[in-house]
Amino acid sequence: MSDITAERPAGLEVRIRGKKLRAQIISRIVLIVVSVAFLFPFYWMVATSLKSSAEMRASPPTLWPHELIWQNFVDAVTTIPFWTFLLNTVIITIFTVIGSIISNPFIAYGFSRINWPGRDKVFYIVLATVFVPFPVLIVALFDIFANLGWINTFLPLVVPFFFGQAFWIFLMRQFLMQIPQEISDAARIDGASELQIFFRVIMPLALPAIGVVGLFAALFAWNDFLGPLIYLQGLENYTLATGLTFFRSQHDVQFNLLMAASTLVMLPVVAMFFLFQRTLVEGITLGSIK
Amino acid sequence: MAAETADRAVGRFRLGKTDRHNLKVGLLFISPWIIGFFAFLAYPLYYTLRISFTRFSGFGEATWIGFDNYERMLSDNLFWKSLYNTLYYTILAVPIGVVVAMVLALAMNQRLREVPFYRGALFLPSVLPIFAVSFIFIALMDPVRGIFNQILGLVGIPSINWFADPRYAKLALVILAQLGAGQIALIFLAGLKGIPLTLYEAAEIDGAGAISKFRNITLPLMTPIILYDVILGLSLGLQAFTQAYVIGAGPAGSVGNPANSTLFYVVYLYLNAFRYSQMGYAAALGWVLFIITFALALAVFRWAQRWVHYETV
Repeated sequence: MSDITAERPAGLEVRIRGKKLRAQIISRIVLIVVSVAFLFPFYWMVATSLKSSAEMRASPPTLWPHELIWQNFVDAVTTIPFWTFLLNTVIITIFTVIGSIISNPFIAYGFSRINWPGRDKVFYIVLATVFVPFPVLIVALFDIFANLGWINTFLPLVVPFFFGQAFWIFLMRQFLMQIPQEISDAARIDGASELQIFFRVIMPLALPAIGVVGLFAALFAWNDFLGPLIYLQGLENYTLATGLTFFRSQHDVQFNLLMAASTLVMLPVVAMFFLFQRTLVEGITLGSIK
Repeated sequence: MAAETADRAVGRFRLGKTDRHNLKVGLLFISPWIIGFFAFLAYPLYYTLRISFTRFSGFGEATWIGFDNYERMLSDNLFWKSLYNTLYYTILAVPIGVVVAMVLALAMNQRLREVPFYRGALFLPSVLPIFAVSFIFIALMDPVRGIFNQILGLVGIPSINWFADPRYAKLALVILAQLGAGQIALIFLAGLKGIPLTLYEAAEIDGAGAISKFRNITLPLMTPIILYDVILGLSLGLQAFTQAYVIGAGPAGSVGNPANSTLFYVVYLYLNAFRYSQMGYAAALGWVLFIITFALALAVFRWAQRWVHYETV
């Protein structure tokens, strides 16, 4: 690096450095402005969630609450059947994660660690399925699940995740391909069966990738709206997503209470985000490799 | 090696012992996917196609009506309206998203010390639930109780009744969609980091300015990633549902407010299937969405052959 710069004429060096500095200043301004713009809606959510109903009527609206009304959070979870929605969402999320972290590594193993004829052609089919829009299937899936008597149960939301999701199979496969083949070969020579190699050798090595898939699955289940909207009806079956939406449309929920409920919904996601930010970033960038 | 050659010599249409064994084990491992593929994708897709040729309320018998559902779309104003709304949204939201994400990625690539902070701030909204973000925008953009118009007022933009004015509701959804740009920016940033510095150093010695470097080095090398994002964004844009459903929700369970301006394609599909008991028509709408998505993705892909650079450095 340094020897290249040393060969440059001094004037050019100064000019480049000046340009670099300008680029950095402009970048900094852009990033600060956009970061503030991106975070401001969430500030507004928290600020609104703490305002009194009287302050909500102020015109123009106040930028920060004059008095912090923590009672809003109590009111939000009592006027809205929040705990029921929460419990439903948690159950669905847990089973979605379990299904995903069992099925996707297993399937991805078959697409990466075993060399069978036609494997890569079949994998193209897996990739192609990413492009089938889910809404196209909802009519048929609803009818199929209705015939099974699964409507108003969590099964239609959870069971498909025990059979793998194309994108997460792809992520796992990317990861498993990087593990040297010699590790498997050594275990084979020792007489280990393929299942033993999968469980005892490869899975412990794949824990970071399994973490990524589990995290994506949790986020998906927690945030999902269309699925619960179709399969789950009635206050006792709603998730946070459909429950809060339904409740807002039926009762004129005040903004401060709606924002309090939204804050509570987002809190676990924000916590997960800060705990596993690095894992998440790796997950999305790994998936984009062409 | 020798055993493998012997295996292959058995015959062209018969697999050797190793291959046969691997095939068996491989299929065992992917068997959950095979079951899932047929149960939750291939069969439902075929089933949707079959229902689309019938009149079917969701209960009782379906009546075969041939192509009637597809013909009905041609004269269905709400179908065209929902298609227009969805295309309007996608055509605005996706390219704006690419530009915003690219600007953010370029800025984050400047080796600033505090980049981890920006990365967190910009990426966080991408992982938050869209339904809750939609609630926030309802509160934020409310002309009386929200503060968005006050902020716009600072730069002289007159007050807009975002979710009551059919001219602006979709635009509000396009703005909301930009909160997802952080995620794309990170994908772009990973791409930018992969461009060898030597290319820029060589260009600098040749006297290339920042704009010239961007146009001749950065942009061409980023085109495959941009294409990936455009195709993905296109597919997701055409499927957009939650934000339109939540923000367009009005009194008495109505959606698409105001004046059907947020009636997106999938919202209309949902209404036909689960509110109007028009399962056959909804199924036909589903297949048409599938075909539109596929055709547009193919068109973008074809068009991209003129500007995508596949050389890897």
